[in-house]
Amino acid sequence: MPVIDFANPSRFLNVANRAIPWFGGAAVLAFAFGLNQAVVAPDDYQQGATVKIMFLHVPGAWLGMLGWAVMTVAALGTLVWRHPLADVTAKAAAPIGAAFTLMCLVTGSLWGRPMWGTYWVWDARLTSVLVLFLLYLGVIAVWRTVEDPSRAARAAAILTIVGALDLPIIKFSVDWWNTLHQPASVFRAGGPTIHPTILMPLLIMTVAFTLLFVTLLLAAMRNEILRRRVRTLRLMQASAAA
Amino acid sequence: METADHFGFIAAAYTAAAAVVLVLIAWVMIDYRAQRRALADLERRGFSRRSEPVQAGPAMEQARQDA
Repeated sequence: MPVIDFANPSRFLNVANRAIPWFGGAAVLAFAFGLNQAVVAPDDYQQGATVKIMFLHVPGAWLGMLGWAVMTVAALGTLVWRHPLADVTAKAAAPIGAAFTLMCLVTGSLWGRPMWGTYWVWDARLTSVLVLFLLYLGVIAVWRTVEDPSRAARAAAILTIVGALDLPIIKFSVDWWNTLHQPASVFRAGGPTIHPTILMPLLIMTVAFTLLFVTLLLAAMRNEILRRRVRTLRLMQASAAA
Repeated sequence: METADHFGFIAAAYTAAAAVVLVLIAWVMIDYRAQRRALADLERRGFSRRSEPVQAGPAMEQARQDA
């Protein structure tokens, strides 16, 4: 079956119904293993036990950015191919991406207080992630205020593509500006600078959160397809009654 | 640097993350049940995706394309 066939909403529902339990189960197993590894991971020689906050903060940041990247690809699908499943993907990903970005901001703040002496500082990394969160809220607001789904999809797609400029700013902010936030320590030229005993729990937790993200995205897309069917049937009902 | 010194910050971070995850899971589950219930209610009234409308207006055609 060609991959494009999965873009059919009915076929997608069949695939999602089968895939959601598997991704959910894999996420539960990965979380059980990752949390166990996080508990037994040694303290950092400088940051002590607060390094355990990293096992939440980094996946939150990664998924906040991944969510917007997914929405950007979907936005191209909306504007170029006008495919309804692209609209569904973009709408479903927005609240999930926003939630993980919020998790990144909150856990980062709770990590910053004992390490930096402050919950917040207006440096480039923190500010650009806050901008990403506000962009998510903007897209969600567009979806909720524009009643016609296809018009809402086009408006949200334009905002999403413009907002994608924030992703490289977030990634390279620690290189381009002098920030209190540390530079990249996992995805960098020359390899990770984190000791393997801390790096492994971080990678396992990142995989666990990513599996959760996929599960939630598939479930939210399924809900959105059903919501559109309900809308269609209600319009049919109203038309029949008129 | 002892764990006890910053236990409150670590516990708060894990609590916040758990809250975010639980709210997301609850949101998709509650929404799924609501949509299934709404679809079942409409089908009970005789409206299903395969049923033919009495009169197809432009708004309905648009909604069909959206679905």
